[in-house]
Amino acid sequence: MTGIGQPETEGNGRGYLAERGWRSWAFTLDHKRVGAMYLWTTIFFFLVGGVFALLLRLELLSPQAKYFGNHAYNVFFTLHGSMMIFLFIIPAIPSGLGNFFIPLQLGARDVAFPRLNIASYWVFAAGFLVVIGSLVAPMDTGWTFYTPYSAKSAAAVTTLSLGIFLLGMSSILTGLNFIVTIHKLRAPGMTWHRMPLFLWSMYATSIIQVIATPVVGVTFLLLAAERVFGVGFFDPSKGGDPVLFQHFFWFYSHPVVYVMILPAMGIVSEVIPVFSRKPIFGYKAIAYSSMAIALGGFLVWGHHMFTSGMSPLANAIFSLMTFFVAVPTAVKVFNWTATLYRGSITFEAPMLYALTFIFLFIVGGLTGPFLGALATNVQLHDTYFVVAHFHYTMMGGTVMGFFAGLHYWFPKMTGRMLNEKVARAAWALIFVGFNVTFFTMFIVGVRGMPRRYAEYLPKFQLENVISTAGSAVLALGILVMCWNLLQGLRKGAPASANPWRALSLEWRAASPPATENFDEVPVVTEWPYGYGTPKA
Amino acid sequence: MAHGTGNPRRTGIAVFVALLLLTAVTVLVSYVDLGLWNVVVALLIASAKASLVALFFMHLKGESRLVWGFALFPIVFLSLILIGTLADTMLR
Ligand code: HEM
Ligand SMILES: [Cu+2]
Repeated sequence: MTGIGQPETEGNGRGYLAERGWRSWAFTLDHKRVGAMYLWTTIFFFLVGGVFALLLRLELLSPQAKYFGNHAYNVFFTLHGSMMIFLFIIPAIPSGLGNFFIPLQLGARDVAFPRLNIASYWVFAAGFLVVIGSLVAPMDTGWTFYTPYSAKSAAAVTTLSLGIFLLGMSSILTGLNFIVTIHKLRAPGMTWHRMPLFLWSMYATSIIQVIATPVVGVTFLLLAAERVFGVGFFDPSKGGDPVLFQHFFWFYSHPVVYVMILPAMGIVSEVIPVFSRKPIFGYKAIAYSSMAIALGGFLVWGHHMFTSGMSPLANAIFSLMTFFVAVPTAVKVFNWTATLYRGSITFEAPMLYALTFIFLFIVGGLTGPFLGALATNVQLHDTYFVVAHFHYTMMGGTVMGFFAGLHYWFPKMTGRMLNEKVARAAWALIFVGFNVTFFTMFIVGVRGMPRRYAEYLPKFQLENVISTAGSAVLALGILVMCWNLLQGLRKGAPASANPWRALSLEWRAASPPATENFDEVPVVTEWPYGYGTPKA
Repeated sequence: MAHGTGNPRRTGIAVFVALLLLTAVTVLVSYVDLGLWNVVVALLIASAKASLVALFFMHLKGESRLVWGFALFPIVFLSLILIGTLADTMLR
């Protein structure tokens, strides 16, 4: 194995970016280009979804529905939620960074099915076009589409669910591709236990995508059949059951929270050892806990329905399972912390975001068991406590992991370095803004403020004003970060092949990598975490 | 990959005929009132047909253990969603 700083491939300037013209992108078979297209698209929808969030926060400055009114507020939170979940957070890391880095980390030249890969992007594009089309009669059901309201609402529910059906299909294609790629295209010598942990987490993620996504696809078809043909799947007057919709929806949507979080955990497992110059602690525990999370995640969907009138037995089982599924998550946190212990830690932007992930995710994760306990759930369900919980996990967790990955891999993807000072300033704004915005939600939630209303009791106003102020800081931080990324892309200093002195295979390709990734397929002789040894 | 032995064409036709016969049985049984068992019988026949399709038309028969694993694995999840929803609806 070559030591660090000696790439096997020398850069040829623009690498995979050399070819120009829209055709070279639209019909590309290069996983790196597909990944880049996903990144641009998902970040775009992240910003659009963010604008809706700011509008929500604006309305909540006043206890009355003063600025937009009730209906517009409902539309805004539906669009915010649906875009953030289906157009940003689910595809961003797997289809964006995953597409780019799975083959590189495997030492492969591409994914197993390059044509399926670009097809998945275009199915995704069809999906978001249909989602945009649904704006003719914007949805107001919330991202959860609960019946009976969604079966009756005059809004374009059928159109939006068709759009999400397509997005789900693209997600399945990507997952399938990754499973086969990881089974079949590992470089010579790369055994399962020599794989970077990002690959383990992406493998677990892909399994969930392939198994859970069809369920939500079918559910939306049933909903469409009910709306269009009047079939009574969920309507009690026709022999249906509205709670059945919730079962189907959460059978997908709980596992999908792990589609969001597992890839971010994978990134954190890569970044922490590099920036503490220590071998990852508990490699196998982290790898297997990803698999345990993927499978265990299928046993707990009922914890979203404790107050929906489920049978007491089902309530008890789902509550018990919820406590179990928190265990493998905690295993990972302990292992990252142990990796940090006595490491030579440096605080570059990727590391700042990775540490933020750990910190915020602990808050988000630990509030999960409060919601999973039957007695406290009755109190907290559908309050701002839940909103705070899932923003700490999804934004504090997944989005921070995504930002860590963006900053960590930016030199590899673009061949340029980011301005570290600006990156840290943006991080500080994001960190402060995030906590001010969302911690207040725990407080008003416990005090009983319900979610999804434009109006609220005047006694909650102070906290809401603080939260809105925080969201302005958060938005500013994200703008600074985006500006920095664009500046880096345009005129960042040229990056060497391995600026972070990391050991996984993607750093042996040039920055940016050539179309075929490696001149010669690398041969792997050891695991990628030998930091702190003479070699690295 | 090996795709079984024997004449593939003959096997194909035999499976096709078996599928037709099973379809006929499904239709016939639906005229007999077995109470709840009608559903059970219909599902059993349907599973038999699905297995035939997977084994022969989709060549599962000659596939590796890995492919078998991936083919059978989702059945666990199907039973999960059934058990989970039934634990609610039947005991509500
Ligand atoms: C430590 C593990 C976790 C536990 C025990 C847990 C538990 C729960 C429970 C019981 C609820 C239902 C609350 C209610 O509506 O009454 C809930 C809601 C939610 N959780 Fe978690 N959670 C965990 C981790 C996560 C992660 C990692 C994510 C996403 C990355 C996440 C995302 C969500 C979302 C989106 C909702 C609310 C969905 C909605 O109603 O709109 N959770 N969680
Ligand atoms: Cu859940």
